[in-house]
Amino acid sequence: MYIRAGAGLSEDASALGELTQGRSEQGKGRPERMHTMKKSLWTESLTGTEPIGRSLLGCIGNTALLRLERLGRNYPNAEFHGKAEWLNPGGSVKDRPALEMIRDAERTGRLQPGQTILDATSGNTGIAYAMIAAASGYHVKLCLPASASEERKQILAAYGAELVITPGDEGSDGAIIRAREIIAAEPGKYFYPDQYSNPANWRAHYKTTANEIWEQSGGRLTHFVAGLGTSGTFVGTTRRLKELNPAIRCVSLQPDAAFHGLEGWKHMPSAMVPDIYDATLADASLTVKTEDAYRLVKRAAREEGLLLSPSAAAALDGCFQVAASLQPGEQAVFVTIFPDSGTKYLSERFWDEV
Amino acid sequence: MAVKVLIPTPLRQFTGKQESIECGARTVGEALGDLTANFAELRKHLYTDEGEIRSFVNVYLNDKDIRFLDKENTRTKDGDTISIVPSIAGGSPNSTND
Ligand SMILES: Cc1ncc(COP(=O)(O)O)c(C=O)c1O
Repeated sequence: MYIRAGAGLSEDASALGELTQGRSEQGKGRPERMHTMKKSLWTESLTGTEPIGRSLLGCIGNTALLRLERLGRNYPNAEFHGKAEWLNPGGSVKDRPALEMIRDAERTGRLQPGQTILDATSGNTGIAYAMIAAASGYHVKLCLPASASEERKQILAAYGAELVITPGDEGSDGAIIRAREIIAAEPGKYFYPDQYSNPANWRAHYKTTANEIWEQSGGRLTHFVAGLGTSGTFVGTTRRLKELNPAIRCVSLQPDAAFHGLEGWKHMPSAMVPDIYDATLADASLTVKTEDAYRLVKRAAREEGLLLSPSAAAALDGCFQVAASLQPGEQAVFVTIFPDSGTKYLSERFWDEV
Repeated sequence: MAVKVLIPTPLRQFTGKQESIECGARTVGEALGDLTANFAELRKHLYTDEGEIRSFVNVYLNDKDIRFLDKENTRTKDGDTISIVPSIAGGSPNSTND
């Protein structure tokens, strides 16, 4: 797609749409290639009139599916893979739903030029909105708990987002409540994507993440494992994968307690449950302890060269838990999502302590 | 000496929904000791089995991170406020850079 002609504002949207096409042949053998070169390298761009390079937002999605070489060696019957979502231009998986929610709102007229995008976010979604808005000419206002890291706030500010800081001890729920108050006071001024209730959040994963996984694994995956935050990743990816092959086991993960250090994850029994969450989708639901994820962050960096975030390592921990419960002789191909890398978590104490 | 400990939302289920607890203490460590003596279920959420404060649990005395003060030995005075904030990515309880 890097040589696609006619690059323009809608290129990113067509990139999302493109992935949904040609999916009727399912299950058997290798699925067809997602992106075929539309013209040969030689017939294009040598005329000197075509734009070269790619649009920033066109680079969202199509992340690498990484194969673990060493960390999973205790489970010889299993192969482990993770989508390297930090390769999105905003640095996290959240570029996908943010782009889909914004484009969906433009299509349906809920986002008009001159309006401000306002939402509550613990960080990654905010970074995605801020980046996409800067690239598309919108203003962004974000409510986030003070407990979000300085690194995150600085990234948001760098993109020109306006920040409303809510008390750290109220967590993401406090930020959601504040965002709703701001909207209620001046409804016409804002577009509120409301990632916790917006179906475009999970649809982004239904349209892109799931089909990429299917494609990149040659349809071989047996297990899909992902953590729950807004639940968009798990809900959207699972819905599509189950259509492609209902036998794929889909396992959702949560922190082991209401009080935890897994950025991006929610403990559903004690938190405000997102509207888009569908508890009936998962074949199994497991929990991960924060310290176990921290230890795996350090191992993945040293043994695999992978600098994972705590939630990415927690997702991998979930895969290992499932692998430990496989039947003797059962072969498994795991795919999980690595929502972001460890770079935004370097000031955490666990690097020295755990 | 009375200090106020602010309880983060996810832990209020263990303090009978109370948002803050008054503790008698001369240091931050004593205040948290007093707190977890009165609300035993809090203990495993705040401390490791070895008795260390868990690495994602950030403790602030009047908005200063105690890891940059005297850690749990940081002295408290009457009217001080201690906050417990889960590090969802290493933050502070207010918007200032400290
Ligand atoms: C670091 C991180 N991990 C996991 C998630 C969870 O993804 P989802 O909201 O799609 O459930 C998020 C979402 O904000 C995140 O930022």
